[in-house]
Amino acid sequence: MADAAEKLTPTEAMIAGLEMPGAGWSKTAREDALARLRAMGLPERRDEYWKFTRPDTLTQPNPLPAAVLGSEEAPLFDEMDRLKVVFVDGVFDADASDDLALEGITIERLATATSDLHWARDLYGSLELNGQDPVERPLASLNTAFATDGVLIHVTGKPSKPVSLIYRHVSETSDAILHHCIKLDAGAELTVLENGPAAARFNKVMEVDVADGAKFHHVRAQGRDHERRAATHIFARLGTESQFKSFTLTVNGVLTRNDCVIELTGDDAIAHVAGACVGDGEFHHDDTVFVTHDAVNCESRQVFKKVLRNGATGVFQGKILVKKDAQKTDGYQISQSLLLDEDSQFLAKPELEIYADDVACSHGSTSGAIDEDALFYLRARGVSHAEATDLLTLAFLAEAVEEIEQEELRDELIERLSSWLQRRSA
Amino acid sequence: MLSIKNLNVKLEEEDKQILKGVNLEVEAGKVHAIMGPNGSGKSTLSYVLSGKDGYEVTEGSATLEGEDLLELEPEERAAAGLFLAFQYPVEIPGVGNMTFLRTAVNAQRKARGEEEMSAAEFLKVVRAKAKDLKIDADMLKRPVNMGFSGGEKKRNEILQMAMLEPKMCILDETDSGLDVDAMKLVAEGVNALRNEGRGFLVITHYQRLLDHIKPDVVHIMADGRIVKTGGPELALEVENNGYADILAEVA
Repeated sequence: MADAAEKLTPTEAMIAGLEMPGAGWSKTAREDALARLRAMGLPERRDEYWKFTRPDTLTQPNPLPAAVLGSEEAPLFDEMDRLKVVFVDGVFDADASDDLALEGITIERLATATSDLHWARDLYGSLELNGQDPVERPLASLNTAFATDGVLIHVTGKPSKPVSLIYRHVSETSDAILHHCIKLDAGAELTVLENGPAAARFNKVMEVDVADGAKFHHVRAQGRDHERRAATHIFARLGTESQFKSFTLTVNGVLTRNDCVIELTGDDAIAHVAGACVGDGEFHHDDTVFVTHDAVNCESRQVFKKVLRNGATGVFQGKILVKKDAQKTDGYQISQSLLLDEDSQFLAKPELEIYADDVACSHGSTSGAIDEDALFYLRARGVSHAEATDLLTLAFLAEAVEEIEQEELRDELIERLSSWLQRRSA
Repeated sequence: MLSIKNLNVKLEEEDKQILKGVNLEVEAGKVHAIMGPNGSGKSTLSYVLSGKDGYEVTEGSATLEGEDLLELEPEERAAAGLFLAFQYPVEIPGVGNMTFLRTAVNAQRKARGEEEMSAAEFLKVVRAKAKDLKIDADMLKRPVNMGFSGGEKKRNEILQMAMLEPKMCILDETDSGLDVDAMKLVAEGVNALRNEGRGFLVITHYQRLLDHIKPDVVHIMADGRIVKTGGPELALEVENNGYADILAEVA
């Protein structure tokens, strides 16, 4: 008991500094989430899934400041036809955003969606609650309880363009908590893009309910500000024959923890999660993925690639849980790191837990330096050491980027990675 | 063109002398062949000249048109005009063959202070040269050497040679792993590149490659030295009698 009391102290300190927004329909969900948070306590280093990542800067009452960096480079997705929804330090910016009306979809701000019988009432916090078992995710409960803004997206058809969530960072001490709910009706389709530095500290939850036959695509980039600290969660539930595909590119941020919790609840569903990350110097990046197969003949795929140098740290904790009746499951998981020097490290915890007897699941994790033979081959053709290293690094990351289905997005991310690598080695 | 004087080389990691005083002059416009039994140091010579790690030059020199090769990084040697066709071309997943070729061509041009080749010009040239070597569009698109057969890999080496237009070409056992038809195709590719300004050093175990790429001079290498030098007839002698006779003769 002494332990629990000890653990609650920082949790109560954090809660004391936050104010629960008063929206009617989400009130119960928020209060339940707060009760969960109090019962769990904020994450600590001794927690099973926080052994490789120090949570203290995410759980202390005030965020550490993060310098706001400008860039001459155009933001990602700039040329694309998309519906822009802009948040500045976690607050919706109507002037910078597009008109939220689009055929096949309704988009509302969490902060102003006040109707008592809101559709999001059944979703808000519910997938987060599901995702607390068997692994506790207190930062997500904190988010559900105290999120100040976000988008509520109800997809009824196939909108003509992606919804692009843009997170701008203006204040050096901003502490943003955003919560998005996305509900796709049967057969609906949506692509969501996310990019931007967001805030000094960013806690974000995205709950995605993908109904039968619906398709959800998600591509996000976490870049720019070096000193940012972020904890993000995706909670997804997949219906029969539905698809969920998510890709994340991370190239900056002193601390990033991305949790992705997926539950395949309908037969023949497909879930792909991929990530590419480049860490340089003071950089800690943690992908924690938990995929649960609870239906027949579903496919899940996890592909994570990390390039680390100058003392950067990469973490991968990935699990495939196959429940007793989830026969014919096809599960795949690969996590790989390319360590460009001996100061960098990659910590991986791949897990399979299988209760069904007719499944095909494989997982692998590798960690290695650049291939010296390939490097020499390129140099023998006249390519400089630096350029050859970039080329091989990009090739390594490209295997994760290839997981993105849309060619346009794939090409843009490859191009961005390529120029980023060139700048770094210049 | 290529001038090697008293080249002595040992392995960096262990005290093992591989080359024990190699002397060799390859003139522009000439094809020299080096033959020799396994372990005689032929491949080591090609690696040392191209700048691979793991070897230590203890004595001697190697120059290309007077420029000290041993002082240069591998990429600088390439830009200076040296080309090694690898015995085992390396597979590079994720790097497109076309991207690789264009990066290499432009890196060398840049290093020499020349203008880079535009995408359109490059495409035109590479297509024409690929066609001569029966390299199809799919092979150009695929990652470098990935899933290529032995013959395709060697043809791809010759395509690189044709694109980079080096002054001095070293072919390290280019015939290994090739059937007769593939060898002919590769030899034709090499012969098309023969001209007055370019030197060739062809390293091989067997005489048969030299039926297709006719050498001007043939050297026999054994135990880290060139032990005998002659005309094309020397290759035939090896083919008929093996190395034993020659080695006994020079011993």
